Amino acid sequence: MSILIKLKGIKRYYDVGGEVVRALDGVDVAIDHNEYISIMGPSGSGKSTLMNMIGCLDSPTAGTYEFEGELVHDMDDNQLASIRNRKIGFVFQTFNLLSKATALRNVEVPLIYANIPRSDRIERAAESLEAVGLGDRMHHKPNELSGGQRQRVAIARALANKPSIVLADEPTGNLDSKSGVEIMKIFDDLHGRGNTIILVTHEEYIAEHADRTIHIFDGKVKEDIANHNNRREPVPT
Amino acid sequence: MAVEAIRQNKLRSILTLLGISIGVFSVIGVMTAIRTLETSIDSQLDIFGTNTFTVNKWPDIYVGGRGEGKKFRERKNIDYYQFEELKRRVVLPLRVSVIDGEGERNIQYNDKQLKRSAEVTGADEWGLRSFNTFLSAGRNFMEDDIRFFRHVTILGPDVADILFPFEEPLGKQIQIRGLDYTVIGVTERKGQAFGESQDNFLLIPISVYLQRFSNRWTSLRITVEAVSAEMYDKTVDEVIGLMRAIRQVPPEEENDFEISSNEELAETLSGFTGGIKMFAAAVSVIALLVAGIGIMNIMLVSVSERIKEIGIRKAIGANKRDILTQFLMEAIFLSQFGGVVGVILGILGGNLVALILNVPSVIPFDWALYGLLICSMVGIGFGIYPAWRAANLDPIQSLRYD
Repeated sequence: MSILIKLKGIKRYYDVGGEVVRALDGVDVAIDHNEYISIMGPSGSGKSTLMNMIGCLDSPTAGTYEFEGELVHDMDDNQLASIRNRKIGFVFQTFNLLSKATALRNVEVPLIYANIPRSDRIERAAESLEAVGLGDRMHHKPNELSGGQRQRVAIARALANKPSIVLADEPTGNLDSKSGVEIMKIFDDLHGRGNTIILVTHEEYIAEHADRTIHIFDGKVKEDIANHNNRREPVPT
Repeated sequence: MAVEAIRQNKLRSILTLLGISIGVFSVIGVMTAIRTLETSIDSQLDIFGTNTFTVNKWPDIYVGGRGEGKKFRERKNIDYYQFEELKRRVVLPLRVSVIDGEGERNIQYNDKQLKRSAEVTGADEWGLRSFNTFLSAGRNFMEDDIRFFRHVTILGPDVADILFPFEEPLGKQIQIRGLDYTVIGVTERKGQAFGESQDNFLLIPISVYLQRFSNRWTSLRITVEAVSAEMYDKTVDEVIGLMRAIRQVPPEEENDFEISSNEELAETLSGFTGGIKMFAAAVSVIALLVAGIGIMNIMLVSVSERIKEIGIRKAIGANKRDILTQFLMEAIFLSQFGGVVGVILGILGGNLVALILNVPSVIPFDWALYGLLICSMVGIGFGIYPAWRAANLDPIQSLRYD
């Protein structure tokens, strides 16, 4: 397997009222294609900053970040936007859908930014929604959908541009356990079909879906272990 | 996307574009109104206008203080003798004719009487031409009518309608100030201009007019028509020279009479409408400025309301230009919608003037285009800062924003 992501000595310092906060303080992580990874850590450990870093939303204060051979740490805002658009699919805890647009339109948006012609775009967005089992809810707005359905729209949106990785931040955090199970099943399936998935979570039973867990503490990688036990078992209800 | 956002915030968008509409409405409305005035004036001046000018004691239009009025008032009247002298001595003009009129109510035929005054006009055989009209029945004045003080009259159609609703007017005797006049002709109907009928007049021979209607203030208007456009300037010079000689104006003094042509009248009018245009432009600039600030305000509100949305869009790959374009387009669409509404209302409003003045309506396509262009500029000018703010929001912070 070839290296997909390579972070080396990544540091991210914030200046908060004259005080330097070391959100990431020298992180080295390498991720291969088709890995299924979870990132765990308590609040304030730096796992959100790490996710933003991997998701190209943030630039490091120091260190190097390679994404499929491209040097992300050197990129300007527009290049980062392009990487996010083409290579990264985000799934957020709070879904982050455009509330006034239909499900179809929501999935279409990343394709607009990728300059895909309109007819193509609608077809692909529809396909993407059908893949997550929402073929019949395409023209509903988010407030007409259940939490689980909203998260599935978000996953469809993340997949619309066929990204290299899917980055999910607490994807079941706002869902009831039954919907949570459904969503995790979708991620498992996606991994099974060859997608690279990174889950950020603080729930042990979610993390256990992954093949590998990275524990973050005080801005550093505390533990980076493979999961062999207990995988893909039903989540306790 | 821009249309979408506007549709989703209907009330706010409508209120904003109202400002733009009013700004554009004011400029288009005034321009359309002026355009209708101009076209109607042009069409009126056009008929016999080109090679004709008048010699007059008073200017057609003058704007000025009391001193100005006094200057004109102290001039000698133009009397019939001066006219005859001029007519005898000129060589260049096609015709020299004379006209003067006065409002008169005391006009009747049997038991029928005018309810409002008509213009009793003293004229020579060229009077019809000076009036820009033609006979529909009967005959014109002859030289003998004037020479022998014949009591004959040519009626404007309005007067004919009132005095002869069921009869043929030709050959009948009407009374003007108690004296009998024989109707020898009726003119064609001209209709209304600027809300006033142009058919409410009677012509009588100038000699009779001077005898019966003149007083110490009567000053005649001499109409001169040049042979051709090429001869026009020379004809004007000749007439000025002769009039100075006849009126014995010393060489160093300026003319004590006015030469006015339709062209000059049109020029004076265009100076006047130019002033209105400037004023309208100033008002519109202020209105559009206010509207622009309104747009900027609404766009800033729109940006801060949608910080989360901007964050989402950035996370899924929108770059700065995408966001900038989205918000700029929204501002332009807003101002364009407002502009279109303003243009339509402005043209309707301006043509209301045409309706009131009973002149043909116009659609000023050029001004409509300028209006829309200006709207786009307002949209861009005042939308760029909010759009720039949106484009430069930090994606992580925006995503976290609630």
